[in-house]
Amino acid sequence: MSTNRVVDPATQTVSPEKVYPGAVDPHHPAAALPKGFEAQADEIITHYPVSKRSASLPLLHLWQETFGYISPEGIEWISHKLGLQPINILELVTFYPMFRQHPAGKIQIRVCRTLSCALGGGYELCEHFREKCQVGEPDTHGLAISPDGKYSVEFVECLAACGTAPVIMINDDFYEDVTHQRANELLLKYK
Amino acid sequence: MKNPFDHDSPPADAPLLNVQVDGVWMQFPKGLNAVEVARRAQKFIPHYCYHPKLSISGNCRMCLVELGTPKLDADRKPVLAADGKPEISWMPRPQIGCAALMAEGMAVRTISPVIDECRKGVMEFLLINHPLDCPICDQAGECKLQEYSVQYGNDHSRFTDDKVKKPKRVDIGERIVLDDERCIMCSRCIRFSKEMVHDDVLGFIDRGSHTTLAVHPGKRLDNNYSLNTVDICPVGALTSKDFRFQMRVWFLKETKSICTGCATGCNTLIGSREQLVYRQTPRENEEVNSQWMCDQGRLGFHYIHHADRLVEPMAKIGQGKLPTPWSELIPSLATQLRGLSPDKIAIVASGRLTNEEAFLLSQIRRTLGGDDVLCDIVPRRGEADGILRSADLNPNTRGVELFGLSNGGKTLGQIRHGVDTGHIEALLVFHENLAGEAGWPVSSIQNVKLLAVQSILPCPTSELADFVLPGASFAEKRGSMINGTGRLQRLNKAISVPGNAMDDFQILLQLKAALGGGNGIHTIEEVFKAMAEVTPAFAGLSLSKIGDLGLELKFNTPLIRTASPSPHATI
Repeated sequence: MSTNRVVDPATQTVSPEKVYPGAVDPHHPAAALPKGFEAQADEIITHYPVSKRSASLPLLHLWQETFGYISPEGIEWISHKLGLQPINILELVTFYPMFRQHPAGKIQIRVCRTLSCALGGGYELCEHFREKCQVGEPDTHGLAISPDGKYSVEFVECLAACGTAPVIMINDDFYEDVTHQRANELLLKYK
Repeated sequence: MKNPFDHDSPPADAPLLNVQVDGVWMQFPKGLNAVEVARRAQKFIPHYCYHPKLSISGNCRMCLVELGTPKLDADRKPVLAADGKPEISWMPRPQIGCAALMAEGMAVRTISPVIDECRKGVMEFLLINHPLDCPICDQAGECKLQEYSVQYGNDHSRFTDDKVKKPKRVDIGERIVLDDERCIMCSRCIRFSKEMVHDDVLGFIDRGSHTTLAVHPGKRLDNNYSLNTVDICPVGALTSKDFRFQMRVWFLKETKSICTGCATGCNTLIGSREQLVYRQTPRENEEVNSQWMCDQGRLGFHYIHHADRLVEPMAKIGQGKLPTPWSELIPSLATQLRGLSPDKIAIVASGRLTNEEAFLLSQIRRTLGGDDVLCDIVPRRGEADGILRSADLNPNTRGVELFGLSNGGKTLGQIRHGVDTGHIEALLVFHENLAGEAGWPVSSIQNVKLLAVQSILPCPTSELADFVLPGASFAEKRGSMINGTGRLQRLNKAISVPGNAMDDFQILLQLKAALGGGNGIHTIEEVFKAMAEVTPAFAGLSLSKIGDLGLELKFNTPLIRTASPSPHATI
């Protein structure tokens, strides 16, 4: 009984058909991890003395903060670090919408679409950004990236400033009362 | 074998608890959940995700039941009803039975209007996205979704939207195909792979309304126990490539038997129709294989329907071999054997023989000259995997040892030397290929002046034989074998022997009669009876007394015999 493994492309859950612009080397070996990354991961694991598995989510956050998205290598590395199998980590990555399996833009624009912002013009604002940044159609996760990989635009849920709708985030910065005029100014700022 | 979980069998010394099931107070050992308590009370709680040998996940919600605890008064003492039994305080909402461990005084309602509604509701949810492809689904006929739909579900669907689309015909392993649309996300396969085989490659990705069972990209569900996931899949999501689209399961005749792939002797069901075996599935026996079997053993039956199967008894006439009726072949073989002194004859028996065949062969050996006739088996060593597979790949090594036919392969060299020097002139070979696992060169086999081979498939040894005696496969005969732990188990006949081939015990019986006269034994039951009369280990047993689950044998003599032949062999 042979156990030769021929990987059928049909079984690949991460479809390789789309080339994501702006992707850094997706095959970063563990040796190429930034300095202090592993120490940081080890420190996070010490917070969960009962079960290392509980460190799965914090490590995924750490990985995404460091690399921008969670590559198959990231899944391998984290599962190995926690004594788990890769599928255990993949289950988490595919469940939480905040984890990306592909790189987003250098400048990430997140537009709120929860009730107040939806009423306050969030959808129109998002459309405006999409046109201005010339991003294409959003992928299955709602993320639209410009062909040069510079911008990505996506909807997010409530950013907790409902009185000043519509609100957005650009990278880690928060902006309220964003009119189309203001949006154009912000885009210049982040050029 | 040891299961990681055994929800259905608490320890033998577990204290008894009083539990009320559908209004009747009964006693059960501590450690059972509501599903198992109901099962022991002859009630049935339908379930999908719960499996007694796997961890509890509680996600299918099909086993919802009403649960109650004893009503307590102000002093925390149970309030007794008029009949002296505790009064029950019922929980306001249904609970899942699989995760409800029973405690003293608890009560379960498996039938009630609330539970009926619950089951209807769960069935409706499960069927929302399930394809209605039962007519082309392999699971049809043994599908829990089908069965419970009829028994507990609704007669029509209220769902008008489009069903969720998911991957179809996903090749997740060498022997398994996955249809994700049929999957009801019970997670049995995931838990089996993780807990039983420690091959954690399956999981749910994209959890939510598109939850998809998948193998990790680049990995495969290829372990040697993968086909058990097909057995425990309650629906047709996981199907066996080997059995897929071959036969509707309701046409299969299921014969209780054992696997002859190694010395473990996993209990099996042979699924056959019209003289063809279509599949082998494990049959529960907690003493041997629990509910599992390895893929190697399960699929290792196709050789019995090989196109080149030996179906005609043949004898060498001149330079060629011609079909010869049994009635001529056996007397002719016997005549030639009788003319030889014992030391000129040798026997290569097999660890694949049943006890009955080994017994008859030991009698033939005695007729031919007893211990002077050298005899041994061809040992087959594999690697034990710590789960079910045994390192001994012969299914009945202990049985042939019991009749003194085996010296663990140590006499084989002596036999070959005898053949090479021309001292041994006649060789009887049973279900072994000397040029194969025994490793004899063809030149040695050619040296034999009188070679009789009992076999199923043609091989270099049968090609060179003067007498070819086509025998029966494991699925074509009754008989008993002793597994590696000393358990006596029974093979049953699922299909007929093809063509003019003959059941092995009948060949041996006829040869024995031709050599030394008949003794009124005709059936396999009579052979067993005669064997039991002279074999202390089988004292008081008959073939039917072995039962479907086999018996632990009590041996008066050490079982593993190496040098001296068995005293039983010389009756």
